[in-house]
Amino acid sequence: MTATAIADRSAVPLHEDGKRATAVDRFNHIQLLEAESIHILREVVAEFQNPVMLYSIGKDSSVMLRLAQKAFYPAPIPFPLLHVDTGYKFDEMLEFRDRYTSELGVKLIVWRNEEALADGANPVRLGTQRCCGLLKTQALLDGLRAHGFDAAFGGARRDEEKSRAKERIFSFRDSTGQWDPKNQRPELWNLFNARIGLRESIRVFPLSNWTELDIWHYIHLEKIPIVPLYLAKERRMLVRGDSLIPVEQSFVQGLPGEEQWVKCRLRSLGCSPCTGAIRSDADTVPKIIAELMAVRNSERANRIIDHDQDGSMEIKKREGYF
Amino acid sequence: MSFAEEQLDAAARGMAVDDLDARIEEQLEAERGKDLLRFSTAGSVDDGKSTLIGRLLYDSRNVYDDHVRAVTRDAAIDFAQLTDGLRAEREQGITIDVAYRYFSTAKRKFIIADTPGHEQYTRNMATGASTADVAIVLVDARKGILDQTRRHACIASLLGIPTVIAAINKMDLMEFSQEVFEQHRRDLEALAQRLEIPELIPVPVSALEGDNIVHRSQRMPWYTGQSLLGLLETVPLAIERAHAGLRFPVQRVLRPHQDFRGFAGQIAAGTVRPGDEVVALPSGFRTRVRSISTWDGELDVARAPQSVVLTLEDERDISRGEMIASASAPPHRTTRFEATVVWMHATPLRAGATYLLKHTSQTVRAHVAEIRSRIDVEHLEERGTDQLALNDIGRVVIETSRPLLADTYRESRSTGSLILIDSADNATAGAGMIRSITDAAETTTTVAQASGALITLGARPHLAAELESALLGTNVLVLRTRARGVRAELLAVARLGAVVLAESDTSGPVLLTTGDAGAAETHVLAGEQATEILNELQRLGAIPTGDTDDDAVTR
Repeated sequence: MTATAIADRSAVPLHEDGKRATAVDRFNHIQLLEAESIHILREVVAEFQNPVMLYSIGKDSSVMLRLAQKAFYPAPIPFPLLHVDTGYKFDEMLEFRDRYTSELGVKLIVWRNEEALADGANPVRLGTQRCCGLLKTQALLDGLRAHGFDAAFGGARRDEEKSRAKERIFSFRDSTGQWDPKNQRPELWNLFNARIGLRESIRVFPLSNWTELDIWHYIHLEKIPIVPLYLAKERRMLVRGDSLIPVEQSFVQGLPGEEQWVKCRLRSLGCSPCTGAIRSDADTVPKIIAELMAVRNSERANRIIDHDQDGSMEIKKREGYF
Repeated sequence: MSFAEEQLDAAARGMAVDDLDARIEEQLEAERGKDLLRFSTAGSVDDGKSTLIGRLLYDSRNVYDDHVRAVTRDAAIDFAQLTDGLRAEREQGITIDVAYRYFSTAKRKFIIADTPGHEQYTRNMATGASTADVAIVLVDARKGILDQTRRHACIASLLGIPTVIAAINKMDLMEFSQEVFEQHRRDLEALAQRLEIPELIPVPVSALEGDNIVHRSQRMPWYTGQSLLGLLETVPLAIERAHAGLRFPVQRVLRPHQDFRGFAGQIAAGTVRPGDEVVALPSGFRTRVRSISTWDGELDVARAPQSVVLTLEDERDISRGEMIASASAPPHRTTRFEATVVWMHATPLRAGATYLLKHTSQTVRAHVAEIRSRIDVEHLEERGTDQLALNDIGRVVIETSRPLLADTYRESRSTGSLILIDSADNATAGAGMIRSITDAAETTTTVAQASGALITLGARPHLAAELESALLGTNVLVLRTRARGVRAELLAVARLGAVVLAESDTSGPVLLTTGDAGAAETHVLAGEQATEILNELQRLGAIPTGDTDDDAVTR
């Protein structure tokens, strides 16, 4: 753990022998969260045969990766990453993914539902719910099964969405990958029950207790690389009411006059047809943090998929979505 | 150039960094001064608990506009709806599980574990309370202390929450009367004394109208204390109250190359510095800490609850489940203790049953030796019983197959807590808090010291058969096998306290490797008589000596 290094990195000089002074009276919230997440990461690696980290390329994944580096240092990260590629991710995300993971020397597995993509699955044709079901949930379950992973780390946080607020840190899934919110294992102290039966698995959320602000703050302190889509710049967008829809896929067609250059950024990264941008001047991480402190809408308000029906995230989660 | 460097480089070119960033940096300094307080709330459906949390979040400006819009009907905000969770509950109009909420103020960050007050959901309340620094118990000002108030306070006390805040709610319906508050306050003080709650603070509030939630109420000038939020912002964290020697359960051994053997874990209690004398348990060997290694560099000092990697002066094989502890103030080493157990499984807990027990980083077999009593959490009385049903709490004597390195829950929450797992369905069946340790380190049963052993016999079938039958007459687990290429697995079995007799077609001496993970040693045996080998096993502490009646726990 970074100990005082986080809070006082610039203020605390290195001793001559290279050790950092750490005379702190109390830990701040980021140090406490980091210690908890590292404990969770190590516990899973110690208790499971074949863990994997779901890697979405987003900011939460970036933080999770850094925590994994810290948890096992000086040993390398002892599990592969799995990216579920829907085929509709932004080009900038894929470039970032390939470069960053090879830089870190971690093993990356990319999984796509090729069959559905060959059939022309896209959100315009199928609607967001069916499209997500095939390209995300189905692909994820197939990918986990094909590799026999018994534990999968996800970057979900409890503050993101109501149904996630009661998710466990070790979230049990039956042999078909389903979540039963009424039959969850009680989770006390930091004693995680890691026992599973044949073909059952666990989803693990090391960032459960982090908020969006904590994530950005940590990215800033740790100088963690992020996909440039998070930073504001002039981009080509379809402007429709309050919504800014990225122009990446040919099936996303605007009406005359809708397509404009707008200074904007993405608050969370998903598939390009279903992830709206927000107007913003925040072109640095500190400015994103300032924007966040002032903003009045929740992070997933720009996700078209969460609103497709009442309680829709909970339904997706029951079916196996992260 | 790496990604991180590239992004920094862009910033350095002035493309991004400017005065605004510098000003934001100042704000972030303040943000970094905040610590993190966890509190639990419990209350029944009409106590107004959801309303209270909704009001707390709304008045402290921690709710997003889109969430408020979603619960506003006819220009009135339904505060309870702000915090209600899953779909099924929305339909039933109740909260059914533990939901976690996050908010922050200028002084602190908070995590709320919001738990239901229903009788059948004691387990959820205990779950929420297990990590809490503070518990908020709701009291309806019209009704005063009810069964459920006592239940919540009792669970908070059993789970060792140092501070309980009693929010006396619906004061608006009692005309903000000081007499009403004073009456409830006296009753609550008596309750706190009875339950041995170190600190119980009553606050008169109206969640619906916002009195004394975030802002001090103008309508109760007689109340001179802080608002609910004011209290939450100033109460010390539970971890700052803990005073125990170093407790470092080993989670995982890191061995990236020949020259580095590090022990990864989260400090459960105490402080550690390079040079400190420590003891590795259960092996008991003493050494000094060489370094505290982290990704961010080596540390001069680390303390609970940091996650670090320790390296030691002496090269010893310590594995997961063992503990590195203060040599001068080590934990108890116990195989028999009394615990307060919260039962969470549909199948009742009965004496004689066996479960898996997880304590720090080790999982062992546990035998329920005795059920001493059930605690009636509503009338605060203990009654004799022979079983604990779902949502019962009671005092239970537990025996374990291997020693736990433990403290009482009062001494240390993280080394005094455990969970019981049903090995048939893998459910978390119960949660326990160690109350008292009935076998001191010296009187620990011989089982505790039996390390098990792997004996490589080669082609000696008669000797193998003789040893097997001799050992079958004792309480020792015996495994005779001809499996090849599985030495590591067989050693792991030996570490459970078993004697593994490994036969093969090869010739060579009889080798005996003790299963003691702390000090595994291989001995070449000169004598090849069964009795000589059995004596050697006893001498090395690989099997119990003397009266085997003490060893019932090995079953």
